[in-house]
Amino acid sequence: MTASASGYALEVVNLKKAFGGLVVTQDVSLAIRPGERRLIIGPNGAGKTTLFNQISGDMRPNSGQIRLLGTDVTQLPPYKRAHAGLSRTYQIITLFTGDSLEHNVALGLLGLRPARWQMWRPLSFYGDIETEARRTLDAVGLLHLATHPVSEIAYGEKRRVELAMALAQKPRVLLLDEPLAGLSNTERSQVKTLIASIPRETTVIMIEHDMDTALDLAETVTLLNYGRVIVDGGRDAVITDERTREVYLGV
Amino acid sequence: MKWVGVALIAGSLLFPPLFAGDFYINLASQILIAAIFALSLNLLVGFGGMTSLGHASYLGVAAYISALLTSRYGFGHGPAAIISMTGTTAMAAFFGVIALRATGLGFLMITLALSQVLWGLAYRMSNVTNGDNGIAGLTRPMPFGISLDSASSFYWFALIVASLAFLMMTIFVSSSFGSSLKGVRDQPRRMAALGFNPWLIRWITFVYAGFWGGVSGLLYVYYHKYVHPTSLSITSSAEALLGVIAGGSGALGGPVVGAALVLLLKNYASAYLERWNMLLGLVFLFIVLVMPSGLVPGFSSLMARLRGNPR
Repeated sequence: MTASASGYALEVVNLKKAFGGLVVTQDVSLAIRPGERRLIIGPNGAGKTTLFNQISGDMRPNSGQIRLLGTDVTQLPPYKRAHAGLSRTYQIITLFTGDSLEHNVALGLLGLRPARWQMWRPLSFYGDIETEARRTLDAVGLLHLATHPVSEIAYGEKRRVELAMALAQKPRVLLLDEPLAGLSNTERSQVKTLIASIPRETTVIMIEHDMDTALDLAETVTLLNYGRVIVDGGRDAVITDERTREVYLGV
Repeated sequence: MKWVGVALIAGSLLFPPLFAGDFYINLASQILIAAIFALSLNLLVGFGGMTSLGHASYLGVAAYISALLTSRYGFGHGPAAIISMTGTTAMAAFFGVIALRATGLGFLMITLALSQVLWGLAYRMSNVTNGDNGIAGLTRPMPFGISLDSASSFYWFALIVASLAFLMMTIFVSSSFGSSLKGVRDQPRRMAALGFNPWLIRWITFVYAGFWGGVSGLLYVYYHKYVHPTSLSITSSAEALLGVIAGGSGALGGPVVGAALVLLLKNYASAYLERWNMLLGLVFLFIVLVMPSGLVPGFSSLMARLRGNPR
């Protein structure tokens, strides 16, 4: 992997974000190697999603730096970060409900292509986008629903469409915000297999509360509390750490 | 079934000049002009999710530029049309930068404010615009030496321009850029995360809508051979918006039907009623209550339901 001079896929340096007097991200620093599987845990309100929002550019930090594949992206708008190789999913499902599953995934592909500015050819003109969208839907096991509108499918299936949209972009760095939230046991193991099958070219950073499943996927874990990094390191070291038990696991 | 519809529409478009009297032909021409205007507004409202209450700016400014250049500065209609369209489009580009600092209600208020400024200027700068008297005594262009002074020849001209406008705007919203636009309308944040630049997509659409608004303005001034500040007024913007919503902003044909409805009400009801706007309001209320998505989507879903449950 030729990620960057520093060798990290994603680096967050002293990131700080406050809403008025409420500090939600306090001097957060992360360094994530290419191909790493990083799990971010922490109690509700620890600032996990706010951290993701700053990495993806939905929110601007008050201070600090975000380096994606060695490039400083702190001042870049979200769409430029997407072109630099970042994709994300949302904790609250954010899909195009009136459109078909295939169209949803196709938008993910269109976003990274010059064809998104094409003003006289319809999206259907680009056969390769359609093929790729269907291939991705097949990978998440939803090909049979490709032409159905998102509004007609079940919640667990929507979670997988979220994932498919991001995966179709073949990102270098993928942020997954609670990909298992609200899923049944069967769906959970399906999505787990799916995440496990993401190629190593993609660095995966995941927020998840379902520790049983998430710990199987993670190599490294970061524990956040009140916007601060409490513990950071290898999975087993973090889990057995005294502070993790105290803050998060509650045992 | 689809072709029957197309044939019916084509037939009804060819009908006025062949069979109807001048009054109806003129009414049909006005409907065509209003339809182009409503279609261009619908690019913003229906496809872009940008509800504008200042779209008359483009109609009015194009009309005023053409009127001033031809009547006062001795320009021919050709160069006047080109300058007018360039000027109107440039204005849309500039207004877009200002208005798109906001979305939703903020956007609506900025577009309204900008158009009110223009309306005020048209009223007050009477040394240029002739104020409340408007600019009268204008002529119609003679494309390829053909006079457009008769009702039917102007209708054909307007029909050609309107067909072209409908075609161009249909291609625009059906294109992959159109898919980007609809995506930005529905989930701007998600679209940005996927690599789309929502601001630029909206701005391009804003300028394109301004361009076609200008085209309708040229036809407007050619038709009336007169331009008055009301062409820039909030009433003019609001009538078009009512048409778009009544006809159905989601459907391509919706604004055309809506524009026709508003124009017909205006022409017929105003003959009997002083306050024709009241009737328009009632009709609008009825549509919104009975068919919230507008007449065209409303009727097509009604048809689908009737066909689905034959009784």
